[in-house]
Amino acid sequence: MSAPAPTAPQDAELAPVTAESLSALLISTERPPRPSGWATSMAFGRRAVLKIKHVPEQLFDVTAFPIMMVLMYTYLFGGALAGSPTEYLQGLLPGILVMSIVMITMYTGVAVNIDIDKGVFDRFRTLPIWRPSPMVGYLLGDMLRYAIGSAVMLTVGLIMGFRPEGGVTGVLAGVALLIVFSFCFSWVWTMFGLLLRTEKSVMGVSMMVLFPLTFLSNIFVDPATMPGWLQAFVHNSPVTHLTSAVRGLMAGDWPADEIAWSLGWAGAICVVFGTVTMRLYNRK
Amino acid sequence: MMTALDRTGRTTRRAGPGGGPAIETSGLVKTFGETRAVDGIDLTVPAGTVYGVLGPNGAGKTTTVRMLATLLKPDGGEARVFGHDVLHEADTVRGLVSLTGQYASVDEDLTGTENLVLLGRLLGHGKRAARERSGQLLEAFGLSEAAGRQVKNYSGGMRRRIDIAASILNTPDLLFLDEPTTGLDPRSRNQVWEIVRAVVAQGTTVLLTTQYLDEADQLASRIAVIDKGTVIAEGTKGELKASVGGGTVHLRLREAEQREKAAHVLSGVLGVQAALDPDPLALTARVGDGGRGAAEQAGRVLAELAQHGIVVDNFSLGQPSLDEVFLALTDRTTAPRTSAEDRNGRKNQKEAVA
Repeated sequence: MSAPAPTAPQDAELAPVTAESLSALLISTERPPRPSGWATSMAFGRRAVLKIKHVPEQLFDVTAFPIMMVLMYTYLFGGALAGSPTEYLQGLLPGILVMSIVMITMYTGVAVNIDIDKGVFDRFRTLPIWRPSPMVGYLLGDMLRYAIGSAVMLTVGLIMGFRPEGGVTGVLAGVALLIVFSFCFSWVWTMFGLLLRTEKSVMGVSMMVLFPLTFLSNIFVDPATMPGWLQAFVHNSPVTHLTSAVRGLMAGDWPADEIAWSLGWAGAICVVFGTVTMRLYNRK
Repeated sequence: MMTALDRTGRTTRRAGPGGGPAIETSGLVKTFGETRAVDGIDLTVPAGTVYGVLGPNGAGKTTTVRMLATLLKPDGGEARVFGHDVLHEADTVRGLVSLTGQYASVDEDLTGTENLVLLGRLLGHGKRAARERSGQLLEAFGLSEAAGRQVKNYSGGMRRRIDIAASILNTPDLLFLDEPTTGLDPRSRNQVWEIVRAVVAQGTTVLLTTQYLDEADQLASRIAVIDKGTVIAEGTKGELKASVGGGTVHLRLREAEQREKAAHVLSGVLGVQAALDPDPLALTARVGDGGRGAAEQAGRVLAELAQHGIVVDNFSLGQPSLDEVFLALTDRTTAPRTSAEDRNGRKNQKEAVA
């Protein structure tokens, strides 16, 4: 629990609760019909947005962090790998976009874990609503964060000289695919958020999964330079498929295979981890 | 769901199908690893009343409430809320109950209004209805001024209020209050009590857990005393008190020298040993058996003391407090591991306490 509020002395001035006004309230209530799963998920999504409004610092991970990533990797590897930073940026930016957004999905798990620690989760779980809606709500809120993150990175990229051939349509299609994938991928973290005890362990596990998953891909370098066994992994990684698809879309192509693979992975992850998440949620 | 809003209509509905009890559990068990947190609890909570569940920390109160509120699955036994099984008809049960847990069960990052509007929406109110209801609740709970502030900046008493307000957003048929006044100052505690009384007056059944005996005494009509995961006593306040014995008479004499003599007189009249208080002028003794004839016995004590020329400045006769009941009951359950000798020692000690 947080430290005693500085406003504590106000208790003395708190107006007493009058039995009459309360009774009037209790009696006048009419129970509305049960809301739909969509309505409750949207209500939870709105909660996530309100939290961003009250604690805007939490947008650091979708603003400062991605900017840092683009700058760092472009100037660090650009000259060595592609002759010049600007050339490298054309292939790197979609990749680094994928990496950053996939990485910040882990904050979903942290948010779930923090909520469990507080009592608010108990209240949600005793409501007669569609069971997955609190989780879906988190993810809806997170999709907004992913969109903000993407916008920030693309802006920085454009300033630095990123010139996607797919134009606005291609870029938007790429971002849309990325956000859909991230929505599904986040279910991995809702699971860990429910499974692990502290938010630190959620962070720890996420890093253990995300670092290899994002680095062992075609984001930074051409997989052809890697040893065979690693190529096998890299070629089948969902992050590689997603990166190729986003790159392709932004470059003005229509990489149907890669898009299908990305969506397939997304669907599979969603089904598997979504099911486990809901099992844990119901049992917790 | 019934929508008739007249008082009688609601009360009938609250009584549950066929006027059955609000909660019925039999042999409820929950284990966490090796510990049996709840070890076969049987409860019957009549509808429309405040039912107190009393016990020390770790007795299994919260675990029981969490099972009844569908937050935990029981490992054994059965529990029904208004006739609906908490395991197999969890969703129906969720529609009837509300829980105010030990920790603030609202979102601390959101403002009071935002919290209540969110809940209103989740319970199916339209945008406008949710706003309206939230405003009314904040007003009734004296929180209008704090409506736009984040809950994390609320004081303890305000948090409790917003918590309870959230729980009665849709007037529930059964309200769980898990240690609602733990950590509150006496003033805020009294206000929470007032709220509970108002809620139950409208026909909602309240299950209240507490470790404070005066709280159960103030609010509950029936009380179950829980220790180590089992119910060790159950009944009305009067029954519980009567089960422990009569009351206590407190005497304050004018002269300290007369205390020895007074103690002697007391044991003569009452047949029990009087206990000497730290105050050199005061002494106390238990009177009455099962609450009967306590006043009569006390009267005889006074008469006898007067006859012996002992001046009594102050006199009071008290019912056993629930504290005494509680200590006596939890004491009894630990008795088996003590030898007969120990038990005698304990008995004396208990009298000394009384």
